[in-house]
Amino acid sequence: MEQKTKIKAQDGKQELIITREFNLPVDLLFKAYTEAQFIEQWMGTKVLKLENKTHGSYQFETSYNGNVVFKANGTIHEVEANHSIIRTFEMEDSPIGVQLEFLDFEELTNETSRLTIKIIYKSEKHRAEQLKLPFAYGLNMAHNTLQTLIFD
Amino acid sequence: MNLRRDVFQAIADPTRRAILLLLTSQSMTAGAIASNFNTARPTVSKHLQILTECELIKQEQLGRENYYHFNPNKMKEIADFIEPFRQIWDVKFDKLESVMNKYKTTQNGTKNKD
Repeated sequence: MEQKTKIKAQDGKQELIITREFNLPVDLLFKAYTEAQFIEQWMGTKVLKLENKTHGSYQFETSYNGNVVFKANGTIHEVEANHSIIRTFEMEDSPIGVQLEFLDFEELTNETSRLTIKIIYKSEKHRAEQLKLPFAYGLNMAHNTLQTLIFD
Repeated sequence: MNLRRDVFQAIADPTRRAILLLLTSQSMTAGAIASNFNTARPTVSKHLQILTECELIKQEQLGRENYYHFNPNKMKEIADFIEPFRQIWDVKFDKLESVMNKYKTTQNGTKNKD
């Protein structure tokens, strides 16, 4: 079966490209990224702040068993409805550093769309830190989330 | 017949990931590794066997004791790291799709009522 989510990470580069096709109209895909209530549901994080406009910013925070386990923030550089978001992203207290993200939303048909995220890291080493992260504890978290989804 | 083992199979299990994390900081004997888990000793031995077959860890005799070492060469290839990362995104995006499809259904429901 073809993989729905594809990741391209070329050797010697400090960027990653994530692509995914959705059975969703492009406006709903865009909404999933720009409305706090939806971000909270699919990312499983609390949205403390979200200003979807040029020169806006955002802050996310996730707690697990009463402890804050994940904090992220960024600045929104440019938003074009149903088309693109350019923003920075920083996971606080991590060695990954600030990354620049280009999110492109594309309509494929009335009912399907494609998201392409190009992430640029400070260096190839910073990108490697990002890729190692799920191995260290991200997978455990994903595993917990999956269990929550299944058993709740 | 030997089952074919790969890195992804090795890291698919939470106990094996925990063992690998323990071994990234120091070499340990099987007994010392097992003392970190509530699982029965033979279960831990089975995990150690799988990790050894995948070459993620290596055994070395030091004095009377058999020590397990983490083998970073096996994990250094970037391709090995991409798959867990990709799976996390895949799960997240599946969730996005189901959340938005649910929303779409309620929207359609509201429209039909109008």
